Amino acid sequence: MMNSMDAATTSVVEVSGLRVVRGGRVVLPGLSTTVPAGQITGLLGPSGCGKTTLMRCIVGVQKTQGGSVRVLGEESGSPALRRRVGYMTQAPSVYDDLTVRENLRFFASVLGAPGARSDTVIDTVGLGSSVDSLAGRLSGGERSRVSLAVAMLSEPAVMVLDEPTVGLDPVLRRQLWGTFAELARAGATIIVSSHVMDEAARCDRLMLMRDGELIADDEPASLLAHTGAHDIEAAFLALVDQEARP
Amino acid sequence: MNPKITGAVARRVLTQLRRDHRTLAMMLVLPCLLVSLLWWMFDRNEQVFDRLGPPLLAVFPFIVMFLVTSVTTLRERSSGTLERLLSMPMAKLDLLLGYAIAFGVVALVQALLAVSLTVGLLGLEVAGPLWALAVVAVLDAILGTTLGLLVSAFAETEFQAVQFMPALVIPQILLCGLFVPRSALPDVLDNVSNVLPLSYAVDAMRQLQRLEALDSDFGLDIAVIAGFVVAAVALGAATLRRRTG
Ligand SMILES: Nc1ncnc2c1ncn2[C@@H]1O[C@H](COP(=O)(O)OP(=O)(O)OP(=O)(O)O)[C@@H](O)[C@H]1O
Ligand SMILES: [Mg+2]
Repeated sequence: MMNSMDAATTSVVEVSGLRVVRGGRVVLPGLSTTVPAGQITGLLGPSGCGKTTLMRCIVGVQKTQGGSVRVLGEESGSPALRRRVGYMTQAPSVYDDLTVRENLRFFASVLGAPGARSDTVIDTVGLGSSVDSLAGRLSGGERSRVSLAVAMLSEPAVMVLDEPTVGLDPVLRRQLWGTFAELARAGATIIVSSHVMDEAARCDRLMLMRDGELIADDEPASLLAHTGAHDIEAAFLALVDQEARP
Repeated sequence: MNPKITGAVARRVLTQLRRDHRTLAMMLVLPCLLVSLLWWMFDRNEQVFDRLGPPLLAVFPFIVMFLVTSVTTLRERSSGTLERLLSMPMAKLDLLLGYAIAFGVVALVQALLAVSLTVGLLGLEVAGPLWALAVVAVLDAILGTTLGLLVSAFAETEFQAVQFMPALVIPQILLCGLFVPRSALPDVLDNVSNVLPLSYAVDAMRQLQRLEALDSDFGLDIAVIAGFVVAAVALGAATLRRRTG
């Protein structure tokens, strides 16, 4: 049990005073938080609140205007992290004119992952029967699973997944959340954003975001207890109302 | 830099090109068709074909490669794969060189096709050695590729990338000595033409037309074009940003 205690107290991501301005708009005015190791952390909040922006900062592809983001003890985006952080962008970023297998093989060689790893992750996301289909000919949900597979290629210690289950059926969603849980048990730290509040129950920890600020950062159960709400959506609304009151 | 990654990029780009028949045809067949058209236009006046043929063997591949490369790399940017690659252990030069190698291979095939056609079938006559004609044609195609790579950094959409064509390429065609010898241009324009890479390509071709033995001027022209290629790749790497707004 000592190990899991350690894991829970070590933070893998440390964000402090993070400020981001995009297109002249202050998206993150000064956000601070930590993400514990070996857990699934859910990032929830309305569209445009800054979830993708925060994830881009953690991966190190977002220009920032202040504050710091450290991942696994290094500055985010530093060369040492490029194999240890897996990122799935919100819009699937794969090559439409390559097949599923060609996509995975290509990214595997960039990451220095063995070729056999491609087949493993294709199976993990349930695309075994479409390996030779062009990515551009797949459905939206299938294409985003190719993108998810790429993020898992290098067996990263930290996975940043931007709405990985959008457009998927309930069976597949359950299966993927099962995979995330397995990866977390094996020690990976997973940060998942979602619109779907009912997915929140599957996270070990939740960050509720609104207008670039965290309005809650807690375990799902204590969030419910704290707000007296019966589901996460109601808890979110209760928190918003609390803020609105003077 | 990592040769394995550079190679993976080059192989991937070639796989994509192989699937895109229309673009492949544009790169390989179009320059041949254009020189044939030129030959046909001057059917009754072979000297004009002999005079215009070599410079145009430099210009057509340059234009085609510029266009295809700038649009292809822009597609990488807009599809989000560029951002993904730059978040991975990939050096910027790996990416640019991978592209340059893939398109360089196509440029080589293209130049060999165009030169064999013009010299073999259309009877173009040049004084200098044929291999030198092919070298200049390949180098110009690679120049087009690397400039296309560079400008794609300054475009947000494919439409904007295409706009660089009239803005950056047509002035070079006007000033490169194809229409008026550069020495006969007004001083200011002559000076401008001195800093445009296509001028050196056309100069090199003109040398080949006239002289049997290649002299140091020819070597200098080649060196200048190669310098532009290296500079475009280096600048392209410098303008690629891992972090964007
Ligand atoms: N490419 C961009 N250029 C300029 N501003 C941007 C850009 N992308 C996002 N923004 C701004 O940043 C804000 C937050 O965007 P972000 O993508 O982080 O939201 P999100 O929480 O991920 O939303 P969603 O749930 O819809 O994906 C947006 O409201 C928008 O004003
Ligand atoms: Mg988003």
